[in-house]
Amino acid sequence: MDGILKINHLSKSFGTHVVLKDVNFSVNKGDVTCIIGASGSGKSTLLRCINLLETPTAGEILFHEKNILDKSVDVNHYRAQTGMVFQSFNLFNNMTVLKNCTVGPVKVLKNDKKEAQERAMHFLTKVGMAPYINAKPGQLSGGQKQRVAIAKALTMNPEVLLFDEPTSALDPQMVGEVLDVMRTLADEGMTMIVVTHEMAFARDVSNKVVFMADGVINAEGSPGEIFSCEDNHTLKEFLSRFRNS
Amino acid sequence: MPDGFSQRIIYIIQNYWLSFLKGAGVTMVIAVISTAFGCLIGFAVGIVQSIPINKNEHIVKRILLKTVRFILGAYVEIFRGTPMMVQSMFIYYGIPLIFGIHLEMWPAALIIVSVNTGAYMAETVRGGILSIDKGQTEGAKAIGMTHFQTMVNVILPQALRNIIPQIGNNLIINIKDTCVLSVIGTIELFYTTKGIAGAYYTYFESFTITMVIYFILTFACSRLLRIWENKLEGAETYDLATTDTLAHTSGLAGIPKNLVEEYDNRESL
Ligand SMILES: Nc1ncnc2c1ncn2[C@@H]1O[C@H](COP(=O)(O)OP(=O)(O)OP(=O)(O)O)[C@@H](O)[C@H]1O
Ligand SMILES: [Mg+2]
Repeated sequence: MDGILKINHLSKSFGTHVVLKDVNFSVNKGDVTCIIGASGSGKSTLLRCINLLETPTAGEILFHEKNILDKSVDVNHYRAQTGMVFQSFNLFNNMTVLKNCTVGPVKVLKNDKKEAQERAMHFLTKVGMAPYINAKPGQLSGGQKQRVAIAKALTMNPEVLLFDEPTSALDPQMVGEVLDVMRTLADEGMTMIVVTHEMAFARDVSNKVVFMADGVINAEGSPGEIFSCEDNHTLKEFLSRFRNS
Repeated sequence: MPDGFSQRIIYIIQNYWLSFLKGAGVTMVIAVISTAFGCLIGFAVGIVQSIPINKNEHIVKRILLKTVRFILGAYVEIFRGTPMMVQSMFIYYGIPLIFGIHLEMWPAALIIVSVNTGAYMAETVRGGILSIDKGQTEGAKAIGMTHFQTMVNVILPQALRNIIPQIGNNLIINIKDTCVLSVIGTIELFYTTKGIAGAYYTYFESFTITMVIYFILTFACSRLLRIWENKLEGAETYDLATTDTLAHTSGLAGIPKNLVEEYDNRESL
């Protein structure tokens, strides 16, 4: 198997509040892993630990067999290889759409500006945002912002893309446009870890689903296994909330 | 010396206009240069003060950061918490004693006002940085930007909107407050006026003129700064990029034509 990420015994506490307890899972190249679970179960914290936006309390995160929690590892270099798409977009408000996409490649990866622009145009076209290159984030709708945020992450040429509830802040009619982009990326073989409440997306697009409850991985498996689970009470109850709505 | 208030004023202006002009010039030079240096100090201190101290960092680096932070914090508090007139005496007479160097009047004046302005600007910059949404920092961190890159490219350009009015305020305060430098013998507008007034005992008349000069200086500066602020507000609209505008967008002038056509012809997802 072509392993990219391996998480071993990861724990995280905020003060005395234990949020993640001994979490283990691994991601191979081309995997689309969906993380589901109730609010407060630690999904965002797990994703933020993977990108080192939070510092884990214990455990290891192996990226190509190297523990990125070692003090000798260049955190910024690692972050540049793992893209992150936030619920609240986090586009740079002082830059145009195009500059949002090129600033990382130019300043962090030291890419040639022209080359970065070409790549940015390629991905902006892909997400259908090429006509808006001169707009500032404040002038875009939520769905448009999120599509730019995806293009921004892609322009860094990351090995893994992390999504933290990318559609939760969007109006219903905009959810589809973002999920369509993500579906295309998945089809093209992008390695993705997606925290989501969109069960249809998890079922149809992912090849692995991780169910979190109270800071531990309660169940994991193929979408088929997770969504037709009969013997796990917590999981069944969680899923039933989505069936009813 | 003629009788009558207005005749005296005219007399003083006719005889001493050059001295007033020189004094006002010195005041402005000190105020402008010191505000600029003060801003540099303020930005540097503000950026350093906002470096997050991460538990995961090396212990030596953490201790170093905390020490630097303490020293900068003390600087800000001390220079905001004492009168500039006292600071003037302290620096002008203190530096030669401590470092054994002779301090000329000009460098002394510039150092005093810069260091004082820097303390105020540091707080302004820190406040400006804190006012920017945390998501902006996270977005920058997530693509691997360093603290310095994040500040220079993302946070400060946005914080500047809140900081610029304060830069203007500091300039105006400095135009007025350079008069305390007369205690170390800086021949600026106030010191000049005192000399003129003393010569014929025309305090009221001379200081009327000086009051008008100070007001003209500060009022002109605040107007100019307002114009600058409005210019910085920038464009509120954008054009949809078509093949035509794309070619003209300065940043994209170098993009190959086939790429532009490719995006133009291609169906979006
Ligand atoms: N910075 C923090 N300081 C203290 N507690 C925190 C912090 N961030 C998260 N928590 C706590 O950690 C727990 C897990 O939060 P997390 O955001 O990971 O949940 P989540 O599964 O993403 O929930 P949601 O679906 O609502 O986004 C919550 O109880 C939350 O209050
Ligand atoms: Mg969350």
